[in-house]
Amino acid sequence: MDYFLSEEQQMIVDVARQITDELIIPQRAELDETEEFPADILRAIAQADLFGLYIPEEYGGFGGGSFDVVLALEQFGRGCVGIATAFAANALGAYPILISGSEEMKQKYLPAIASGEKYAAFALTEANAGSDASGIQTTAELDGDHWVLNGTKQWITNGGEANIYTVIAITDRAKGPRGATMFVVEDTDPGFSYGAKEKKLGIRASSTRELVFKDCRVPKDRVIGRIGTGFITVMRTLDLSRPGIAVLGVGLGQAALDEAASYAKQRVQFGKPIISFQAVQHMLADMAIQVEASRALVYATARHIDAHKTGVSKMSSMCKVMATDMAMKVTTDAVQILAGYGYMREYPVEKMMRDAKILQIYEGTNQIQRNVIGQEINKEYSKK
Amino acid sequence: MLKIDLEACIGCGVCESNCAFGAITMEDGHPVVNEKCTLCGTCVDNCEVEALSIEREAKANQADLAAWSGVWVFAEFRNGRLAPVALELLGAGRGLADTRQVKLAAVLLGNDLGEAANELIAHGADTVFQVDDPALAHFTDDAYGNVLADLIREHKPEIVLAGATAIGRSVIPRVATMMGAGLTADCTNLAIRDEDGALLQTRPAFGGNIMATIVCPDTRPQMATVRPLVMKPLARDASRQGEVVAVTPVAERLKSRVKVLESVLTESEQANITESDVVVAGGRGLDGDKGMALVSELADALDGAVGASRAAVDSGWISYHHQVGQTGKTVAPKLYIACGISGAIQHVIGMQSAETIVAINKDPHAPIFDVATYGVVGDVFEILPKLTAKMKERKGQ
Amino acid sequence: MKIFVCVKQVPDAKDVRLDPKTNTLAREGVQSIMNPYDRHALEEAVRLKEAHGGTVTVLSMGPPQAEATLREAISCGADEMVLVSDRAFAGADTWATTYTLSMAIRKMGGADLILCGKQAIDGDTAQVGPGLAERMDIPCVTYVRKVVAVADGAIRVERMMDDGYDLVEASLPALLTVVKEINEPRIPSLKGKMKAKKQQLVMLSAADIEADSEQLGLKGSPTQVVKVFAPEMRGDRAMIEGSVDEQVAQLAAKLETIL
Repeated sequence: MDYFLSEEQQMIVDVARQITDELIIPQRAELDETEEFPADILRAIAQADLFGLYIPEEYGGFGGGSFDVVLALEQFGRGCVGIATAFAANALGAYPILISGSEEMKQKYLPAIASGEKYAAFALTEANAGSDASGIQTTAELDGDHWVLNGTKQWITNGGEANIYTVIAITDRAKGPRGATMFVVEDTDPGFSYGAKEKKLGIRASSTRELVFKDCRVPKDRVIGRIGTGFITVMRTLDLSRPGIAVLGVGLGQAALDEAASYAKQRVQFGKPIISFQAVQHMLADMAIQVEASRALVYATARHIDAHKTGVSKMSSMCKVMATDMAMKVTTDAVQILAGYGYMREYPVEKMMRDAKILQIYEGTNQIQRNVIGQEINKEYSKK
Repeated sequence: MLKIDLEACIGCGVCESNCAFGAITMEDGHPVVNEKCTLCGTCVDNCEVEALSIEREAKANQADLAAWSGVWVFAEFRNGRLAPVALELLGAGRGLADTRQVKLAAVLLGNDLGEAANELIAHGADTVFQVDDPALAHFTDDAYGNVLADLIREHKPEIVLAGATAIGRSVIPRVATMMGAGLTADCTNLAIRDEDGALLQTRPAFGGNIMATIVCPDTRPQMATVRPLVMKPLARDASRQGEVVAVTPVAERLKSRVKVLESVLTESEQANITESDVVVAGGRGLDGDKGMALVSELADALDGAVGASRAAVDSGWISYHHQVGQTGKTVAPKLYIACGISGAIQHVIGMQSAETIVAINKDPHAPIFDVATYGVVGDVFEILPKLTAKMKERKGQ
Repeated sequence: MKIFVCVKQVPDAKDVRLDPKTNTLAREGVQSIMNPYDRHALEEAVRLKEAHGGTVTVLSMGPPQAEATLREAISCGADEMVLVSDRAFAGADTWATTYTLSMAIRKMGGADLILCGKQAIDGDTAQVGPGLAERMDIPCVTYVRKVVAVADGAIRVERMMDDGYDLVEASLPALLTVVKEINEPRIPSLKGKMKAKKQQLVMLSAADIEADSEQLGLKGSPTQVVKVFAPEMRGDRAMIEGSVDEQVAQLAAKLETIL
């Protein structure tokens, strides 16, 4: 189908596709097995100028928008959601600086992230604060010229691999939603440490770790934006990153559909390739419809975000819900179509099914997303 | 150039459909030839009304062909021994020299050559031009090239053959360029054309998907490189007589702009595949290192070497030293067992001279079966372990 | 360092077939690609430029469509591209090709280092590298699998031999032909692709390189193709049937008699 991409956008797709076909797909099974961080692949992505796609040119990036990032991530997601997540998490970690950081802060951190020299990570989630982000308990206290952070962050993607962490901590509990602030913590800061790598159902190539702040001292200039604006920065970060996550679902769904359709053409039972059976054809048809529809919604959302900076929450949540629920269903169906073979680790679809689950959970569970969408609808229709 | 007799032409289009290079298109009922034409003459041969002919321009600087006489073999000598291909080429060269009723000579360059010249005579050379000098102890393309070219200019052999080895493929194109001579690489067949005594050189192209026969009508010497194990040496005859001519080049010609600092011989983990009587080879059908391990085990049980198709090497399951085929080694063992190898021509070119070829593949239509002596349609993962066990049993292990 | 890389646009050789009945090369649907070995040569040239400074110019002798391959080379780090193209070059064998390439390099002001892939996958002769070195009157080292150092007007490399490898040093200017083991070619970068799109192609005709027409193309080729045919494949095709155990038993018996 013709997506009316510009020449430049097509180049992004071509480069990302080549990386996916030549580097990601050949290594994905092994990295899933060894749970090793894909440093070589991230290096290749950086060399191909894709690492800083979303970072403005003046900070060494490509100066692209959400749609450009979406185009690249779709290809990577087609290859391996784990590896793609390891890459995408850098954007998540960088967005707070991009959105709210001072000029000095941007100059200091963004070029190294754009070049892939340093990795970034976003630290929000805690043991008692998942969907209820306001329940975070990590604190930051001013001590002379430094802020001192105390607390533990849980399940942080790129934890232990990143050099730059954008962390949210409570600075004044009395102020409620205005009582949190985002900080940049560097891996060399005193009092910062991280735990062992978590063992996960899927996206095993992505490193997930606990971060521990124990009297972690950071200089005052590490505050991102103004004190008390932490939750606002978080919300805006997640608005921007959701289409990226959504498109991982699109890429994943496409990959699963491709595997299922190719297999159905080759597998002969009862004297015919199984694709000749209506039951299988209908499954494939539904899969194809859902993949294409999700893609259309994600593309439209990304283009909308590039054109309109605010009022994007509803669209952003919608595309995330649709594409990730789709990916779970499509990958499960793909395993079903490959049947016994699909269950075997030798074939790529069981990994795709395992990888799909997290897409419905992280970056805001799909239940929370529906809350957001519902609330936005409520607001919209109040005006009418 | 290709000449078309428009009056004789009946517009049948046979020439267009027979042109391997797509150089002819039928327009308005007669052929039009474009720049892809190589003057191979296939269309001329196929035209039933003889409407096509080739007119070759007489070259401005025609060599006086009759002055060039004799068949030469560049005898590669490295690390103290003659390369086996040198003896194979003497075998082929003897046949060509006898047909042309001329002498067969070998050119031997190196240092501390010992008895090598006598070995060459025992394998068919009438004359050996020997250059024994420390400057030639290691191969460098300019020193070796200059010495060889000087000898060729002096003695004017009509044919020069060399092995398509690392050395041969490096020095011979250099010499051909110095001489303005035509050179054909990796020949699989050499013969003399009846009409004019020219050398017919046949070689594969397009990765082996087509075979081409080439001649050098106007230039001398006619040069060709041949892969090891394609030709057969004569039986060694210590009583053969021949002349060893020691040649001392001028110092200037022995100079080189390349210094060989170190020469490292690598031990391969298993027997050198080109020297083994038995080769068991694995291809794409083995699906990974574990599959290749099954191939290794069978090779061990048969005291053979492990070979591989390009697919297996490119996938990283085994190193390049084991690669058999157009871009790898040529082998001619007693027994070649191809496991999970489809039999693409590029691979077959490297092993088709094996005495017995066994193919194991789950695809009954795999082209490998077309060259196989024995074919087994089956799953390598089932067959190999059982076959290995059986062969070990019979070996009494 | 002024580095030239000779690249060739070739059909993806594994897809080219000769139909034995019609004796025609079936070329439909066959992709044109950069000769794989040339990709490695280009990558090595770009790495040398990044380490030692200088420029990388890619050069190709071919039809106008070879421009796509040259642009691909720019997207992978080459600085300049030159296409030497003329109807007069058609049908050239390696003698005429090396003549043409050497005239083009001279026209472009010469090179400190020339890199070539070990062979082209359509012709498979591996003759252009050494032949071009002779035309340029420079030393040639073939089958290079590693560049060890560049210093004091010389280049030190490891060249693969049939039984191991040699460590050699050649004075510059020199020509190297490289094997796949030398490096892992980079994927074109986004900036590279954008540069490639805008880059000016230098196109040279036979007249531009002041070539002697007698030495060009088919006319200038000492070798001539006189016959083209599909390779014959003859095997006995004695198929061994039965269950896995039966097949193994029969095969083992046959192997016994052979060994």
